[in-house]
Amino acid sequence: MAVFEKPVEVLPEATVLFAGDSGDGMQLTGLQFARATALARNDLATLPDFPAEIRAPAGTTYGVSGYQLHFGSVPVRTPGDAVDMLVAMNPAALKVHLPRVRRGGTLLINVNAFDRRGLELARYETNPLEDGSLEGYQVIPIELTRLTHEALADSGLDKKEIDRCKNMFALGLVLWLYSRPLKPVEEWLAQKFANRPKIRDANLKVLHKGYHYGETHELFAVRYEVRPARLAPGLYRAIRGVEALALGLIAASHQSGLPLFYGSYPITPASDLLHELSRHKNFGVMTFQAEDEIAAVGAALGASFGGALGVTATSGPGLSLKSETIGLAVMTELPLVVIDLQRGGPSTGLPTKTEQSDLLFALYGRHGEAPLPVLAASSPGDCFYAAYEACRIAVRYMTPVILLADGYLANGAEPWRVPDVASLPPFAVKFATEPNFRQNGDVRFLPYRRDPETLARPWARPGTPGLEHRIGGLEKEDETGNVSYDPANHQRMVKLRAEKVARVAREIPPTEVFGDPDGDVLLIGWGSTRGAIEAAVERLQARGLRVGSVHLRYLNPLPPDLPAIFERYYRLVVPELNNGQLVRVLRDAYLRPFVPLNKIQGLPFQAREIEAFVADLVQS
Amino acid sequence: MSDSKRPEENTPRGTRPAMPPGARPAMPPGARPAMPPGAGPAMPPRSRPAMPPGAKPSGDGKPRLTRKDFASDQDVRWCPGCGDYAILATVQRLLPELDVPRENIVFISGIGCSSRFPYYMNTYGMHSIHGRAPAIATGLKASRPELDVWIITGDGDALSIGGNHLIHILRRNLNVQILLFNNQIYGLTKGQYSPTSEEGKITKSSPYGSIDHPFNPVALTLGADATFVARSMDRDTKHLQAMLRRAHDHRGAAFVEIYQNCNIFNDGAFFQFTERDTKPHRALFLEHGKPLVFDEGRKGIRLDGFRPEVIDLTDGRWSIDDCLVYDETNRELAQIMARIFFRPDLPQPFGVFYREKRPTYEDLLHRQIAEVTARKGKGDLQALLRSGDTWVIEPEPAEATE
Ligand SMILES: Cc1ncc(C[n+]2csc(CCOP(=O)(O)OP(=O)(O)O)c2C)c(N)n1
Ligand code: SF4
Ligand SMILES: [Mg+2]
Repeated sequence: MAVFEKPVEVLPEATVLFAGDSGDGMQLTGLQFARATALARNDLATLPDFPAEIRAPAGTTYGVSGYQLHFGSVPVRTPGDAVDMLVAMNPAALKVHLPRVRRGGTLLINVNAFDRRGLELARYETNPLEDGSLEGYQVIPIELTRLTHEALADSGLDKKEIDRCKNMFALGLVLWLYSRPLKPVEEWLAQKFANRPKIRDANLKVLHKGYHYGETHELFAVRYEVRPARLAPGLYRAIRGVEALALGLIAASHQSGLPLFYGSYPITPASDLLHELSRHKNFGVMTFQAEDEIAAVGAALGASFGGALGVTATSGPGLSLKSETIGLAVMTELPLVVIDLQRGGPSTGLPTKTEQSDLLFALYGRHGEAPLPVLAASSPGDCFYAAYEACRIAVRYMTPVILLADGYLANGAEPWRVPDVASLPPFAVKFATEPNFRQNGDVRFLPYRRDPETLARPWARPGTPGLEHRIGGLEKEDETGNVSYDPANHQRMVKLRAEKVARVAREIPPTEVFGDPDGDVLLIGWGSTRGAIEAAVERLQARGLRVGSVHLRYLNPLPPDLPAIFERYYRLVVPELNNGQLVRVLRDAYLRPFVPLNKIQGLPFQAREIEAFVADLVQS
Repeated sequence: MSDSKRPEENTPRGTRPAMPPGARPAMPPGARPAMPPGAGPAMPPRSRPAMPPGAKPSGDGKPRLTRKDFASDQDVRWCPGCGDYAILATVQRLLPELDVPRENIVFISGIGCSSRFPYYMNTYGMHSIHGRAPAIATGLKASRPELDVWIITGDGDALSIGGNHLIHILRRNLNVQILLFNNQIYGLTKGQYSPTSEEGKITKSSPYGSIDHPFNPVALTLGADATFVARSMDRDTKHLQAMLRRAHDHRGAAFVEIYQNCNIFNDGAFFQFTERDTKPHRALFLEHGKPLVFDEGRKGIRLDGFRPEVIDLTDGRWSIDDCLVYDETNRELAQIMARIFFRPDLPQPFGVFYREKRPTYEDLLHRQIAEVTARKGKGDLQALLRSGDTWVIEPEPAEATE
């Protein structure tokens, strides 16, 4: 190519944010850039951020859809605190996302959208490209719309179709800028539009135009390169949290031999799990789209009664509806996995925004004494192992289990080392087939006679001759399971059910400390904040502080080795994306002065926020 | 997958059965004779020898179970005189005749006096939570189609708190039996008006009379596209047993409304239909292919357009040939009969209002799984984990990072 080579600057990491109207295809653009980045072997984390409205009025700030992506040759733990490059397809996107861009960062702007109407829709009084408000940023104005139309002038497509291709111009340009290959996107376009060659060719053409624009244009003095990260050897794929949850459930079904029955009622962001699982029918997966969340969990419990792996997933409002049935699962002592993809609440709250909103509800949100194991996933890839473990515990202890994830985990993606099926924890299931009580010729099946180690009751599937029995919501007599209103029996049963759940602690692996094993501050986190917390620990260590962190997979029961770890630090800080939930649990369990750090904005933590809080705390 | 019920022959919807009015169908459904006494050795209660799994009793010389084999060891705790007793006895009498291994039978109930039912049955069972039995049964039946699932529910359980689940299990058509014990009252909570209580009813929660308009359960379930809808009563156990047998024979969701007397909080709610002196002229028994007559043959029902009316068969003006011949596969007729609802001028219909053939949910579910599996091949977990774009990180990265 007759172009002069531009100097290449090697970066350890970078954060790019694609933003535009929800109709501009920003999620697709971001996803394709993420794919190309994964294939370039960077470590990466992504944060899609889309509007709650399906078709918000075009050009308005509430119709802005964004996809943020942090990638590096160094370990990447969060989608990035500060954006290095913002691609803004219109004024509204610039307005919404400018605050995320670091000072000195690059703004790649589609100037064609900055006409009077565009500015009005975004409620800009003056044009930010002209009024000096973007001083301090590196602004790269590009006529994206015009260039796309020029490139496709004789493509035979209409104006609207041509318009829809302009995201490919932006993508091509950014791929060039970060020295990413075009091939993965080309292949994807070829496949996606295999049946619509005209659209395919138009997209390909514009993609190349964008790429060449970078090569030939004076606007760019350098291009960047982010070298491959040093990841543990193995086979990798990019995975979103919902995909990982689905795979974890299928793996649990496969390894246990229990057919998977998944009952669900659509709700953001849990619907994607229903979509995902319903594609995998050839694994024997039964998906049931119920009439409401109560039916979804009821059907899952009914399937469990029949000897299937009964699973349901939902989000905050749906968890409220499932509460009574989860209590029935506690009482009937049947396995059940309830996945809650948390979002901002209360009520409908912030349906598309993330929040660690439901920990206390998961722990305590049932009437009566109804303890159950509560687990949390800490990264998109970790969702796989968390789902698998939730199923394993539910079956082993004959109990409902709540698994907490959130919108950020569900939609976020990261490179994931594909596990070897043989390496998954063993998951053997034994159904009762024989009476378990024999005395003086009295041979009976006692449905509440417990395993002495786990205190789990036997699982006898209907269809097993001789083990006919009844279970239900009324209090049970110990061992026989007959209805009992006996006062002492009730106390014994409440204690037994609690003890059974407490015994899960015996299986919790030793808690790993990230960072300093003792020192000034221990950060205690759970769920999706892991990346931000660990990134903050590294930064604080770099500032000379002795800081460590623990991240809890098990929230009930808590790991037994926590008190010994707490001993080793002066201060205990609990960062959470809520108004202080784990911190209350910890205070209750350990009677120590835990310090809360709370962010309740529907957004994940930035590592720098945690860093600043801890630095201040230590100084004070 | 095997199935617990025998498929039922069905005439195509809307066609009149080719039978002269009044002719008896060769073998009316529900009138199957009980096994002759002594067909199997009588077994002492609760001493059924352990059989190898999968062994089926009866029909092949093996001992047949008796009513007592289906009674659990729990004391029945309904009020003395409650209509629930008769329903329990009828079910326990019917089950040994159904050729279903006892271990494959499951009773799922909600909450209410009626919903205590599973505790008294020596089968598998779950006494669940208020209104949710259809949801739980859906998961069970969908995942274990070979089980014979019975849902026991009350008027409050099925039509108030569980109304949503009821209509959805009907439209999905799972192959289960749904027995709604309608006593027009909340029994277990001690006597509030229910969604089937009549307007103006005086109860503890309606001391000045209920202002709620009641549901008509038969019309409601027909509206939800139920594939089998019947009504019976606790006081006519012969009819009840026939209806339950037919419900069981039906392949699909079979809904049976059972008028049940709550002698404590709503005594006599249905006496006009159930007691000897009024039953003949207040109750009308629908039978497929037969003319609609009642009052010991003295009266009949004819259609005047869409309007049913009583005709006198004794004064020579009308004859049996003028009576409407019932066709339980005719949806429109079913709707007309369903709307005869506590009308002083017309007798209340009992029997099978409607049935149709429609694929069951569990069949469709498993057929789809089988089809997808045939097309895509049986799932390979390792391959699934590896799907999508993958890349390999070698143990010693050639291009070291700086
Ligand atoms: C969630 C819930 N709400 C309320 C109740 C209280 N409750 C128990 S049974 C019942 C009504 C039962 O009426 P019905 O279904 O007609 O059964 P019956 O007792 O008349 O047989 C009510 C309101 C409950 N158990 N659970
Ligand atoms: S209250 Fe009524 S329905 Fe309940 S057991 Fe007594 S008589 Fe039967
Ligand atoms: Mg009732």
